[in-house]
Amino acid sequence: MTKITYIEHDGTSHTVDAPEGLSVMEAAIRNMVPGIDADCGGACACATCHVYVDGDWAGKTGERSSMEESMLDFATDVRDTSRLSCQIKVTAELDGLTVHLPEHQG
Amino acid sequence: MTQSPLSGPFGTVIIGAGQAGLSAATELRKRGYQDPITLIGDEASLPYQRPPLSKAYLSGDLTLDRLWLKPEAFYEKSQIEVLTNTRVTTLDRARQLVITKDGREIAYDYLILATGGTARRIPIPGADLMGVHVLRDLIEADGLSAALDQARHVAIIGAGYIGLEVAASARKRGLDVTVIEAAERPMARTASALLGGWFGAIHRGYGVDLRVNTPVEAIVGDDKAEGVRIAGGEVITADLVLMATGLTPNTQLAESAGLSCNDGIEVDDSARTDDPLIYAIGDVANLPSARYGRSLRLESVHNAIEQGKAAAASIMGEAVNYDPVPWFWSDQYELKLQITGLIEGADQRVRRGDPEEGRFALFHFKDGRLIACEAVNAPQEYIAAQRMIAQDKRPDPEALRDVTVAMKTFLA
Repeated sequence: MTKITYIEHDGTSHTVDAPEGLSVMEAAIRNMVPGIDADCGGACACATCHVYVDGDWAGKTGERSSMEESMLDFATDVRDTSRLSCQIKVTAELDGLTVHLPEHQG
Repeated sequence: MTQSPLSGPFGTVIIGAGQAGLSAATELRKRGYQDPITLIGDEASLPYQRPPLSKAYLSGDLTLDRLWLKPEAFYEKSQIEVLTNTRVTTLDRARQLVITKDGREIAYDYLILATGGTARRIPIPGADLMGVHVLRDLIEADGLSAALDQARHVAIIGAGYIGLEVAASARKRGLDVTVIEAAERPMARTASALLGGWFGAIHRGYGVDLRVNTPVEAIVGDDKAEGVRIAGGEVITADLVLMATGLTPNTQLAESAGLSCNDGIEVDDSARTDDPLIYAIGDVANLPSARYGRSLRLESVHNAIEQGKAAAASIMGEAVNYDPVPWFWSDQYELKLQITGLIEGADQRVRRGDPEEGRFALFHFKDGRLIACEAVNAPQEYIAAQRMIAQDKRPDPEALRDVTVAMKTFLA
């Protein structure tokens, strides 16, 4: 299990045990983390699972795909650290990962 | 909430535990609804995602445990009572209750019909033979998947989204695939001629034997399907036949209770039927669209979610004006197709990008107004178009055609 912490815009924090192989989005859904809707179910088609990845972790969560890049181009409050959590796969390396949720989600 | 069940409140009863029903239930709680919520489904499982059934679930890339829309604990935490394996057979509007097949009466203050649809089987000889499949729910998907494991020759009747997605999955498994379509091109009902023709060529390139303009006469075989006889008499060999011939909305309950139905249950722009206590949402609802100037029945996840939210908002007393810009997506091979808007009535279209490169978008206009966009591996075009359609924008078609003009420019 990999520990992932989701921090809502108001500061509320949720730490969950995420099985490897799922996406960071799926781990949030399974643990009822508010603010990650994932309307399209992880097809990289809706941008309702937007998160900010803490700077230190950016190297480990990988690069945005071109599809993800495009979806993010039109999302709200996009920053350099923005990712779609459906596109980040949970690995052992991500143990301790912290992501922040944008204000407009949830 | 602790009052006697005889006096109420009875809360909201939702019939249909799919994406739409769950969305309405979730939204009611999100908005602070305090009364009971009962979500009734006739399937054995808790609400799950249907789109992967013809895509990643069928190809084995997504396992069952990843299909659930919410974890089991969510329902208890949200105080949403889910009744699975429960079929509602009677709607008694006078007494404000529904009756299940096993005789249980469940009273409501508000009722939401989210009964979805049933995969349509075309009435031809042999339609009931073993080896003839349809695909709408999880059990049908499991049956189809198991059959694909044993099959060699697959015949798919209907080249709509489901037919083509299954064709792609079956080709990935290395099976022989024939797709038989009565219309002149794939996706004839929903997509433009250019897009449908292009997808047809892609499937042929992957080795699918695509037959268009080809009505089906019968499925042949003694006790099990052995082939499909097409117009002209040719028999296409197949040990597995999938009828991917559309959806019939499940309106029986509404019709027998006297609610207005016409290709679905008729609702207003707040998802309300002609009974003010009863709503209908998702695939089964036929809604009025001012944007498109007619009534629409939308078979899409997006509509299921958003119309569910609209019904919840209306129950909470909010004025609702639900007039969606529809969107759909489909994954076939390495292609992501995203469509927003409806193309019917278009009088002008422009193409951006080169189909040869596998990345392009088609923009459809009516009277100078953008009404739809079909995007292949072109998410920027798709998202920008969705916003422009919602805002009734009139982008310059020539500028749209020019790939050196950034899509963001059009939203400024």
